[in-house]
Amino acid sequence: MSIKVYIPRDSAALSMGADQVAMQIAVEAVRRGASVEIVRNGSRGMHWLEPMIEVATEHGRVAYGPVAPENVAELFDCNFLYGGQHHLLLGTTDELPWLKKQERLTFARVGITDPVSLEDYIAHDGYRGLRRALSMTPADIVHEVTESGLRGRGGAAFPTGIKWNTVLGCEAEQKYIVCNADEGDSGTFSDRMIMEGDPFVLIEGMTIAAIAVGATKGYIYLRSEYPDALQTLNEAIDCACKNGYLGNNILDSGRSFDLEVRRAAGAYVCGEETSLLESLEGKRGLVRFKPPLPAIEGLFGKPTVVNNVISLASVPIIFDKGASYYKDYGMGRSRGTLPIQLAGNIKHGGLVEKAFGITLRELLYDFGGGSASGRPIRAVQVGGPLGAYLPESQFDTPLDYEKFSELWAVLGHGGIVAFDDTVDMAKMARYAFEFCAVESCGKCTPCRIGSTRGTEVMDKIIAGNQPARHIALVRDLSDTLLNGSLCALGGMTPYPVLSALNHFPEDFGVDASKTAA
Amino acid sequence: MEATNFSRIQIHIDRHRTTPGGLLPLLHAIQDDIGYIPEESYSPIGKALNLSVAEVHGVVSFYHHFRTQPPGRHVLQICRAESCQAMGSAELEACAKSRLQIDYHETSADQAVTLEPVYCLGNCSLSPSVMLDEKIHGRVSPEKLNSLIQAARNSK
Repeated sequence: MSIKVYIPRDSAALSMGADQVAMQIAVEAVRRGASVEIVRNGSRGMHWLEPMIEVATEHGRVAYGPVAPENVAELFDCNFLYGGQHHLLLGTTDELPWLKKQERLTFARVGITDPVSLEDYIAHDGYRGLRRALSMTPADIVHEVTESGLRGRGGAAFPTGIKWNTVLGCEAEQKYIVCNADEGDSGTFSDRMIMEGDPFVLIEGMTIAAIAVGATKGYIYLRSEYPDALQTLNEAIDCACKNGYLGNNILDSGRSFDLEVRRAAGAYVCGEETSLLESLEGKRGLVRFKPPLPAIEGLFGKPTVVNNVISLASVPIIFDKGASYYKDYGMGRSRGTLPIQLAGNIKHGGLVEKAFGITLRELLYDFGGGSASGRPIRAVQVGGPLGAYLPESQFDTPLDYEKFSELWAVLGHGGIVAFDDTVDMAKMARYAFEFCAVESCGKCTPCRIGSTRGTEVMDKIIAGNQPARHIALVRDLSDTLLNGSLCALGGMTPYPVLSALNHFPEDFGVDASKTAA
Repeated sequence: MEATNFSRIQIHIDRHRTTPGGLLPLLHAIQDDIGYIPEESYSPIGKALNLSVAEVHGVVSFYHHFRTQPPGRHVLQICRAESCQAMGSAELEACAKSRLQIDYHETSADQAVTLEPVYCLGNCSLSPSVMLDEKIHGRVSPEKLNSLIQAARNSK
């Protein structure tokens, strides 16, 4: 019987040469007459060990990493197909502390299964949630989601059940489910890992949403920077269609749901839901005024559920195990788990799924192992380019939507970017304005003009030109952006700017005591 | 515009004529096929989709991904976002610009490489990252970037 060797097809692994390793293992196996079956799985999320390969042994899966093509021959020499000793041997995968300390609900299968094998998905509890949902009334399905406490994982943290209930309550010939897969925040990659590592869980979640609200058509709006995710999603959708899990009469239920992936085109603002809908309609991604809410007048003017990848991918387990199972994780009003992404200047970067309540310090040091450079971590940005910078004194904050709000910070999509003590926070504040200028849709004046003026004023501060006077201007401008912008792009650019200024005034060339807001 | 390009564009237009919200899928299809979206195509696109030339231009120019000039043989995107900045992407930008003797949105004199900024490739745990054509590279050092550029210049 052939021995299974798992080599990730996740693009993080590919970026470190996983394809070359897979090819080398295939060649070497033939050369040595070893019977090997290569499975291209998702990533386990320990990205500093990528490409991390696993071998199925009688004692479970055993991991080696990071493997380079030139290690392959010696791995065969060391009998790695039977878990043999080698300096890259990491141990039994399930026993690796980094994984063992996690609570993987949404990511339960990622890295374990073959992402495009429906058989594998079903063997690992896949489609149990949909089968249960098909036996329930639409109102009960929505109630279950509301009961789970699930809140939008894209960043806004709006209760998913309430959104679904609004769409359910609308009378319309046509309704839509739209998955926001325009994961543009720096420091985030959990959507990508789901789409590349377990696409069926997203498809199942969208199908449950469709059955709940009475939608028959769904779109996944996928950023163009994710070519590997596009391919994996399309393979999985084809497979689901051929096997009766998508299309007409799903599992003989009489219900229909068609799903299509649409490629975005590199505009960050299209991650904002109304801009996304404009883009799906084939237009410039200009933000819409709200109301009307997309739940009432969304895509092509029809009632539309717009949810993030992780929100939708968390739905199947809620139906498989029940709302209370999911709700039992977490703290306060932040229920369930959050797939957290450790990025930037961090020794052990990757994906950590944990119940809400874990602190930044635990994530940065217990999981992350400190900075990659070995220097002290000076600041972290949480929640993408519109998220606040937090100094070391705030590292004991638990991950919880409300606790972060109290600090004038956001959890966003759960991305954490670490910076060591070489960072210049005035430059980061300038970059926040510059990014806003590059990505502004141009519809509202505070964002369109304010971002450029902000960049210019920051240039003066960085040049040491009357910093105190120009900092007052930055604060005034930030106030306009905060209160006068149409969407979060302009409205939240002041978060990184002002948090950098408030926590690190010394980088702005002023005395800390003189800059208080 | 060359006649061959024109007929290829017409095939894509016919394919997407009735797609709901079909302009973006159509523009992707054209750019995937011939590498860019010629301005001469705006008029036939507009006629087929019942849009004005100004509306087509508006959409093409709104999205960073679309280009209206042919790129070099390879497109190199360097991530400028925070995570990659925290790991030295500024050095990679300087390295690429000096090596290729161009700025962003330009193509090297030998037509080998078009240089573009990108704001996140979703590989932030392995920063800094670059994308050469459709392939992402993680933990990129200046040396690694130089060898990628050299390989791109040597290949067709």
